[in-house]
Amino acid sequence: MSQPETWAEGQQLPAQTYRVTRADLVRYAGASGDFNPIHWSDRIARSVGLPGVIAHGMYTMALAGRALTTWTGRPDAVIEYGVRFTKPVVVPDDDTGAEVVVAGVVRSVVDGEAQVELTVTSGGEKVLAQARARLRVGTNPAS
Amino acid sequence: MALDPSYVGRTYPPTPPYRVGREKIREFAEAIGAADAAYTDPDAASALGYPDVVAPPTFPIVISLAAGRAVIDDPALGIDYARVVHGDQRFVYTRPIVAGDELTCVCTVEEIMSRGGHDFLTTRVDVSDASGAPVVSVWTRLVVRGDA
Repeated sequence: MSQPETWAEGQQLPAQTYRVTRADLVRYAGASGDFNPIHWSDRIARSVGLPGVIAHGMYTMALAGRALTTWTGRPDAVIEYGVRFTKPVVVPDDDTGAEVVVAGVVRSVVDGEAQVELTVTSGGEKVLAQARARLRVGTNPAS
Repeated sequence: MALDPSYVGRTYPPTPPYRVGREKIREFAEAIGAADAAYTDPDAASALGYPDVVAPPTFPIVISLAAGRAVIDDPALGIDYARVVHGDQRFVYTRPIVAGDELTCVCTVEEIMSRGGHDFLTTRVDVSDASGAPVVSVWTRLVVRGDA
């Protein structure tokens, strides 16, 4: 059960875990149109001082967005959503890839809208800061 | 070289309309692993009150990124794209994007500042539909890394 029955200040939302592989980054590059080679070439990523290929920041933001729509149970519940990219998600060239964990806490609920603060980590390190969303939860389905 | 702060407030001409396709939304949803039925099934979207499949929350980046190129590629502003890092990203939605939308973007430079040898550029892309009604506003803050 990923969707809370009710929304209340201070409530912890169930953490969501996502796995990111190189294949995911290639697919996201094509779907988004962001073909920056630091997201698919170790050679180029290292040449600009990165440890290796990193995930698109927008891919990480999209995964956290999945957590938002999972928690609300609706894809159209997000009214506002913002993040700061602080650390890259390094994605190794293996079958396991990297893990991104998205946790959330409800900061307030006013007039059917919840303010949620997200904690997004990979390998135990925060990869996003000031990650916040405003969600419409007044019509949260009980199912 | 610091970015010219006189660009703050500058608005670029509207982009040609972008027609949102059902299969583009499906492709994007599958790429991020999102399985909500309303992203791919028009009946599921209809049940939520939408005329066609809806796009995931970060889908507007597909359209706004292209609009933002007007600023990044503006030779007068002189950004070295190889030094650009994505700093912040924010979306404020009036409604979700749906398949069939014809979307136009207007890009405005909201902020230019320098700190610690780096330049910070914030753009706002206002996305509106064929009737001119607002759909989503997209703020993107880019960091242009200095020579250090």
